[in-house]
Amino acid sequence: MTVSLTIEKLSAHYGQTQVLKDLSISVAAGELVSLLGSSGCGKTTTLRIVAGFLQPTSGHVKLGDRDLTTLPAHARDIGLVFQNYALFPHLTVQDNVAFGLKQRGVSSADRAKRATAMLERVGLANLADRLPGALSGGQKQRVALARALVIEPPLLMFDEPLSNLDAKLRVDMRVEIRQLQKANGTTSLYVTHDQEEAFSISDRVAIMNAGRIMQLDTPEVLYQKPANAFVARFVGFENLIPMKTVARDGAIVTAEAAGGAKLHLSQDVFGPIADDFVLATRPDGLVVRSQGEGIPTTLGTRTYLGRAYQYKCETAAGEITANGALSELFEPGASAVLVPVPEQCCILSPEN
Amino acid sequence: MAARIHPLLGAFAILVFLFLLAPLVIIVGASLSDTTYLTFPPQGLTLRWFTNIFEISAFRNTAITSFQVAILGTGLSLLIGIPAAYALNRYRVGLPKWLGTLFILPILVPEIVFGFSLLKSVTIGMGLPIYPSLIIGHALLVLPYSVRVVGASLASFDFSVEEAAISLGCPPWKTFLTVVLPNIRAGVIAAFILAFITSINDVSISVFLTGPGISTLPIQILAHMEQFFDPTIASVSVLLMLVTVGVMAIVEATLGLTFLTK
Repeated sequence: MTVSLTIEKLSAHYGQTQVLKDLSISVAAGELVSLLGSSGCGKTTTLRIVAGFLQPTSGHVKLGDRDLTTLPAHARDIGLVFQNYALFPHLTVQDNVAFGLKQRGVSSADRAKRATAMLERVGLANLADRLPGALSGGQKQRVALARALVIEPPLLMFDEPLSNLDAKLRVDMRVEIRQLQKANGTTSLYVTHDQEEAFSISDRVAIMNAGRIMQLDTPEVLYQKPANAFVARFVGFENLIPMKTVARDGAIVTAEAAGGAKLHLSQDVFGPIADDFVLATRPDGLVVRSQGEGIPTTLGTRTYLGRAYQYKCETAAGEITANGALSELFEPGASAVLVPVPEQCCILSPEN
Repeated sequence: MAARIHPLLGAFAILVFLFLLAPLVIIVGASLSDTTYLTFPPQGLTLRWFTNIFEISAFRNTAITSFQVAILGTGLSLLIGIPAAYALNRYRVGLPKWLGTLFILPILVPEIVFGFSLLKSVTIGMGLPIYPSLIIGHALLVLPYSVRVVGASLASFDFSVEEAAISLGCPPWKTFLTVVLPNIRAGVIAAFILAFITSINDVSISVFLTGPGISTLPIQILAHMEQFFDPTIASVSVLLMLVTVGVMAIVEATLGLTFLTK
């Protein structure tokens, strides 16, 4: 059974502080959506409201056509995986996994069979009789995963499940989580502050800030076409250069940066360009050249990156970070031009 | 390699132990003395003062009362103390800091004042009979142990475990009984024992709350001493000590005494 999760206009307060502002998300049946953002952005609050541990001030949570908003947490039938595993310390691995089945009145023989089968799937059948205290972090999280999956919940939620694991294990575990989630086709909500983790595991990612979703899209779109300055900065567009349109000639717009540098940008590439806009690039979206159409600069510190040199560049439009080819070495203090690579640039609305 | 200990420090330590243990040795000695008055060192050896205890019905009756009051009072204090300790730990962030201090007041207030105020409020004010007054008084007296010791256990309990159980379909009250309680079991047992020992040895609360026909063992010891200064007092004290030591031995054997000191 796969169902969709719909979060409608959710608002939440801690005392006087509003932590969620009219937040809406739909997670399609079988889809894995991540909530990504720094601490305090409201991602964990959202998860806890869906789980039933917090009450929203307004808004609704629906699983399929079932409205969960006022349902107590234990009646929601959601599989949860916690950051600190939250295994029952007094129960064996086997009993931990069987716990949810017991609450559902599954017979003891059936419980044992299903718990064992699930432990086999996460590769821990040989540890069934251990207590959680005797397991490593990775093993604990596998047990937690098995415990959440064995009840075959219509919705799985993950609260920073890999944060307490070391780097190598994190990568292995996220592949494992994704495989299990896909194989079961379970609708999933995944909370993390780790961009790489969110992008690698998710069908879609919601980038959150201050209780709002800034953009909800596939990792590819987020990475290449951020919708606003916040998301652009979040995914590594370090240079946000304010521009003004000074002339239009068919699809070609002539725009001017502070200091008077002029660029010709094609609306065939960028879509409609407004009179005031921001040109956003990563360091490799601007190439340091000795000449060409671009933004004049005086070069500062040079860093060797292996595939390119990176320069700190002083321009009339502020400090910009740009890359230069290995074949063309510039010394600090030299004058150069920063030439945009259109495919790697984005046009955004100015920030208020 | 053993650490070198300064001879003076060693001597001092021995003196401290002597100071702690000497009264106990004297009591044991006095209880065995074949004289009709309390004396140490014992003159002659006899166990008749121990058999004498059981012949005096007042000792028998008050001992039974003491045990009943200690068990019921401690039980009542745990019924209040466990939920209180749970709430203090679970909702720590939202609660004022002084709220926890409120529960250790019975230890902070001088016992004589506490006893008197119980007499005024429970026995006289509410007009309760002696027996329930004693149980309520003792429950309040030992409540600090219940709250603090159970609280220490809960402080190291990860409450997301509770949320995990609820998310798996276990209702909150059942989660408390089947997940939280088993994980603070040691703290509950330790709290029970500390409270039990405090209650059974208490004089200052009981002296206000006991009355005609109902008394506790320590009060009876005092009453007996006022009339007869014979070694029965010492032998009762030895028995009371043995009960305490016995309880501690059970704790040590099952849980380890570190539960009481940490």
